[in-house]
Amino acid sequence: MFARLVYESFRRQTRRKLLAAVAITLGVGVATAMLAVATGIGDKISHELRSYGANILVTPQDDTLDIQIGGVDLKPPSDGAYLNEADLPKIKGMFWRNNIVGFAPMLPVNVAADTHAATLVGTYFAKSLTYGTEHFVTGVRNTDPWWKVEGAWPGDDSNDVLLGERLATELNTRPGGHIDIKGYAHTVSGIVSTGGAEDSQIIAPLHLAQQILGKPGAVRRLYVSAVTKPEDAFARRDPRSLNPADYDRWYCSPYAASIAFQLQEAIPHSHAEQIRQVAQNEGAVLSRIQGLMLLITLAALLASALAVSAAMAAAILERRVEVGLMKALGARRASVAALFFTESALLAIIGGLAGFVAGAFLARRIGESIFASQISIEPVLLPIILGIAVLVTFAGSAIAIRRAVNLDPAATLRGEA
Amino acid sequence: MTAAMSLAARRASAPHTSMFFRMLLRAAILRRGRVITALTAMIVAAGVATAMLTLYVDVQAKLRKEFRSYGANVVIVAKDGQSLPNDALSQVQTALGGRGMAVPFAYVIAQTSSGRPIVVAGTDFAKVRQLDRWWSVSAWPSASGEALVGSRAAAAISPDGQPIDLIFQGRTIHLSPAGILHTGAADDSRIYISLADFAAWTHIAPSTIEIAAAGTPDEINAAIQTLSTALLSADVHPLRQITEGEADVLGKTRSTLYVASALIVLTAALCVLATLIGWVFDRRADFAIMKALGASERTIAAFFAAEAGILGATGAILGFAVGVIVAIWIGRANFHAPVTPRLNIFPAIFLGSILVALLAAIVPLSLLRRVQPAMILMGE
Repeated sequence: MFARLVYESFRRQTRRKLLAAVAITLGVGVATAMLAVATGIGDKISHELRSYGANILVTPQDDTLDIQIGGVDLKPPSDGAYLNEADLPKIKGMFWRNNIVGFAPMLPVNVAADTHAATLVGTYFAKSLTYGTEHFVTGVRNTDPWWKVEGAWPGDDSNDVLLGERLATELNTRPGGHIDIKGYAHTVSGIVSTGGAEDSQIIAPLHLAQQILGKPGAVRRLYVSAVTKPEDAFARRDPRSLNPADYDRWYCSPYAASIAFQLQEAIPHSHAEQIRQVAQNEGAVLSRIQGLMLLITLAALLASALAVSAAMAAAILERRVEVGLMKALGARRASVAALFFTESALLAIIGGLAGFVAGAFLARRIGESIFASQISIEPVLLPIILGIAVLVTFAGSAIAIRRAVNLDPAATLRGEA
Repeated sequence: MTAAMSLAARRASAPHTSMFFRMLLRAAILRRGRVITALTAMIVAAGVATAMLTLYVDVQAKLRKEFRSYGANVVIVAKDGQSLPNDALSQVQTALGGRGMAVPFAYVIAQTSSGRPIVVAGTDFAKVRQLDRWWSVSAWPSASGEALVGSRAAAAISPDGQPIDLIFQGRTIHLSPAGILHTGAADDSRIYISLADFAAWTHIAPSTIEIAAAGTPDEINAAIQTLSTALLSADVHPLRQITEGEADVLGKTRSTLYVASALIVLTAALCVLATLIGWVFDRRADFAIMKALGASERTIAAFFAAEAGILGATGAILGFAVGVIVAIWIGRANFHAPVTPRLNIFPAIFLGSILVALLAAIVPLSLLRRVQPAMILMGE
């Protein structure tokens, strides 16, 4: 009898049930989408923050002091130690290899370009490398996305160079022109503008700098851009002082410090360290944005809970006459309430399922249009969201149901209540 | 005659208006529960909309401030390795007008007593401390003759914190290391001393001013323009690494917030619409009685519209207050700084609320108009 009552109620009042279901779908959809965005935004923003450039610097272990002013390297090339270029692809064999967005080696050499004394920096632009069976492309185009090139980027295997904006003005050179370095003419494929020291330097493929220096395979510094987790108290602990279990946890967390530690293991005779300006502030900005989205998600949950409750309350109060009739026929208050709660639960589950699908789709669209990558929602969240939907629907119906069962059947049937 | 006319006119108009208000008032008092439900929905919706709009407007400024912890976004460097003019710093400070910070730096390459070259920088420690908040410093120098030694420099020349002698152009300075500096960049190989000590030792004035300019990209560009014309002997340029990174992240956050606000405001508006439609529909008996007693459709429409309008206006005012409180709380909880209430979004909230309320009244009315009052009163 009970099942039949529920069934008939859905069959005869399709339009009203549909309206309530639509309200629930809308509410759950918005809540799901916002939850997905709030949980996914940390990941997306930390990728965006990589546009600040490298956050880890790898230097030779027994290097002499840097003599660097305003980004210009004044250290004589004979001085200090070098990293070996052949070791670089080993980075892709690290535990956190997938968090490495890119890396760029640097080898500064002092040269005479035409008649000017200038610094030539050898680096990777977009170099294809292989580690095991994995192919990947890395270089300054990944790590330093703010570099602007007028003309074309040189090939990594070519002998072409980029001229810094200021130097190009001084030398009066246009893209496609030529420049004389150490007696050889090189094509200037483009003019680079970075707003930094590179503006008065020559940027060349790494092999060219090594050839000029006469040290094949030499790299002075390596800049690594990695997606990291904001630093907390645990991250700041010294790995050597941790017990084995904590050490594993530290090693397997993508903190800047632990990625630097692994880089040091991967590249022999190296010293890796987080660049605090980039690494530290990343954490601060990230936690602010995440906190903001979390609070906004709360607001979204509130708004959708309200929408669902309002729809349910309206749907139940419309059925006063039915309640009066049931009570007049001898139905107990508990069974009337049970009928309404069952209907609410059914609606919540149907609307919740539809809302979850719609919300997941919405989150994906938001991810695609804003971050150009998908935001996916964990299927694990489905039961949680359905639970919330049922709870909110019950809460929204409760007052209306209480009012409905307390009505005097005689008054209701006469249309006086 | 005129007295009778005016009496008639008064009779024709006066009872109407007083009746109109009486009905509005009685409707509110007699159906307290319903009015409170509808008003609550209205307040929550207007409140959520206000909070979202306030945040949307304010969050950029808040995040910009957060991004300033990345340090300088504009750098002034003297051309051709010269020093900046003596009044450069005061000119920069005038151009910034208190909206930003400028820190001077002077550099030389000195020799240690063993003949090893090292970069020594002179700066204003109190200002650097605010500008470069990522510097990890064991202790800041406070007295003259004290130095802040980079971690790599310390390991190389003063591993046990012993005093350092530095030579520049035959002049020697004795420094006692006050603290160790750690940044992970080139600063680690340097020794920082106060600008006064630096000038007395090297007779060289600052060559670089690092500036953290506050404000929007346009404001920063304007500041760069002013500075370039004021300081012709120097090169003023933005640090694109910092400015573009900021623009990127800020843009994405803003878009996400925009979509989120739109979704939430839409949900809230639809919820109010649904609640109010239910409320008006519930009162079809009132509608039928008024019609049966001979009220014109215009009067009835005016009555329901006035009711909805008052509800919308009350909800908007209370909701705005609630929303401002919520926004301030979010600002405090997340950014540790209160969000400024924006009065200029009030008109949008006010008109939007009334519009939604009117819409909610008109939809059921147009449905009810086609129905005979007798049918409604018979309960069909």
